[in-house]
Amino acid sequence: MAAAAAVRSSMGLTLTLSRVIPGCGTCHLYRLNSCVGGLAGASRTGQLHRFGTLTRHLHSTTGLNHSEEGSSNAEDPEDVVNVVYIDRSGQRIPVKAKVGDNVLYLAHRHGIELEGACEASLACSTCHVYVSSDHFNKLPEPDEREDDMLDMAPMLQENSRLGCQIILTPELEGIELTLPTVTRNFYVDGHVPKPH
Amino acid sequence: MFIVSASLCAVCCPKVCIVGAGPAGFYTAQHLIKSRQDVEVDIYERLPVPFGLVRFGVAPDHPEVKNVINTFTQTAQHSRCSFYGNVNVGTDVSVKELQQAYHAVVLSYGAEGNRRMGVPGEDLAGVHAAKDFVGWYNGLPDNRKVFGLSTILFFILGQGNVALDVARILLSPMDMLKKTDITQPALDLLAESRIRRVLIVGRRGPMQIACTIKEVREMVNLPDTRPEMVAADFKGIAEAVKEVPRPRKRLTELLLKTALDVPTEKEQEKRSKASRVWGFRFFRSPVEVLPAPDLSRAAAIRLAVNRLEGSGEGASAVPTGEVEDVPCGLVISSIGYKSLPIDPLLPFDSRKAIVPNTMGRVQKTAGVYCSGWLKTGPTGVIGTTMNNSFDTARALLEDMDSGALDVSSAKPGSQGVTPLLEKRGVKPVEFSDWEKIDNEEIKRGVAMGKPREKLLSVDEMLHVART
Repeated sequence: MAAAAAVRSSMGLTLTLSRVIPGCGTCHLYRLNSCVGGLAGASRTGQLHRFGTLTRHLHSTTGLNHSEEGSSNAEDPEDVVNVVYIDRSGQRIPVKAKVGDNVLYLAHRHGIELEGACEASLACSTCHVYVSSDHFNKLPEPDEREDDMLDMAPMLQENSRLGCQIILTPELEGIELTLPTVTRNFYVDGHVPKPH
Repeated sequence: MFIVSASLCAVCCPKVCIVGAGPAGFYTAQHLIKSRQDVEVDIYERLPVPFGLVRFGVAPDHPEVKNVINTFTQTAQHSRCSFYGNVNVGTDVSVKELQQAYHAVVLSYGAEGNRRMGVPGEDLAGVHAAKDFVGWYNGLPDNRKVFGLSTILFFILGQGNVALDVARILLSPMDMLKKTDITQPALDLLAESRIRRVLIVGRRGPMQIACTIKEVREMVNLPDTRPEMVAADFKGIAEAVKEVPRPRKRLTELLLKTALDVPTEKEQEKRSKASRVWGFRFFRSPVEVLPAPDLSRAAAIRLAVNRLEGSGEGASAVPTGEVEDVPCGLVISSIGYKSLPIDPLLPFDSRKAIVPNTMGRVQKTAGVYCSGWLKTGPTGVIGTTMNNSFDTARALLEDMDSGALDVSSAKPGSQGVTPLLEKRGVKPVEFSDWEKIDNEEIKRGVAMGKPREKLLSVDEMLHVART
């Protein structure tokens, strides 16, 4: 019974962290080798896609704002992390978030236009953000795979990270996340053809 | 005579049609629909199934990249978006007819052709385009021809990510591949293949290699394989790498490590037990494919040896005059996809193989736009195409706002097209029909222990779609 309850609450946590089951690397359970789903040992190939297929039927398909089902309503002030997104037009959007929130899916919940093509599985760079300098060094070092994907992002800077890999902690209070502006001239001036 | 649209809007809604249901088409549609509450978008697709290269290009062992299909599915299911599969723009309906039915037409049909090497012997049996090989293992209905994989040595000309995908699929252990959505016929053939050595050949040097670090890492880590490079190809690279931007630096450092470093004990053990070999060869250009004595098939490849002039991304390969003849039975040319013109009335730049445009607005053709590879040439990953498509959508929206694109009078949209298709015996596949195909493929996949078992012919797809 306890085990079943633990699995249910852990699934709740997992679904809260992201709209679909995330790449295993972002989940606490996987890191602690406590993943009951047995994914911890399984090959990523095929398995992840199967879960992608499964959850396609779970999440809502209304509208295009990719909104999540909703995280818990607990308003414990200890849990609150204030975040500011700066969108592509330079507009500042303050967001009251919680410890454990994923920066990509938090953006989706607040209608901020941060794409996540591969759904947090470190297979694209569409959630590329710039992190405020005060907070950049407080983030854990990127996984080699994140660095590999960042290499593909246009206008890479020293303070670039992938939004899907940033999980909010109390130390990140006040963090500012700037969405890169990909200029119209990107393809015209000095364009270096990207590999595919 | 057009029937005025019976849709709910009292004032006309701007109606846009998109040609091509791959990433470019879907990202353009997504941006349009999100930005204006009155825009309606119809996406036309030649095949009965959507998603373009996400389905037919992305390698079977890269399922995470295919997650973007969920985003595209949300777009397709939006009330202001409709999918019309099994409609070939250019033969079933002309672009001119689309221009009459819609306020704007966006061409996003990508690159169906291959860049040719332009060397004698290119058309001999045993020489294939990478695009056709990828289409084959990914179940593209146009690429059902079977490949003979009975040779031991395989040459791949070109060093982009497509070349690395081909190498990796050829050399992957069966127990990895059989859990992917690779087609069963390809899996069966690969299981019997005798391929033991794959060389990936480029005109220039290690610092000009076109692939990216993730794909190189996958080759280095591929079970039961070992790398084989030519140390002399890396002369001077360790010094030159210090000054370059981060992406090139990290990639070159990985190549240097793989080619020159003394391996760890664990890596050495892996290499000594490996049954398959892969390697990069640099400074080589194909000049001829030499036939077997009976002239029926390729038997060897003649490579010109180059030297580099200049440095960095812009360095060029200059022939030294030296050539090498290397016996081999199978050559894959992976030097680029190529867009084709769809309609003689539209401008097309045959040198660059793109539709000439300024920021997505097709030149000299009001109301017609382009996005994706057709706009900028066939390079770029999902993220590149996304930005490219958003840019085109922005240009279109700007034109609507400024009046450069006239949306003041009603247009019939699909109601101006479907009667034409019906008259011509063309029955479109709707998105809900694709979902039947999707469910059937997933069901068949479960039986095989795979995420899906793709339907391989248009006929079969249509049959499932119609039930």
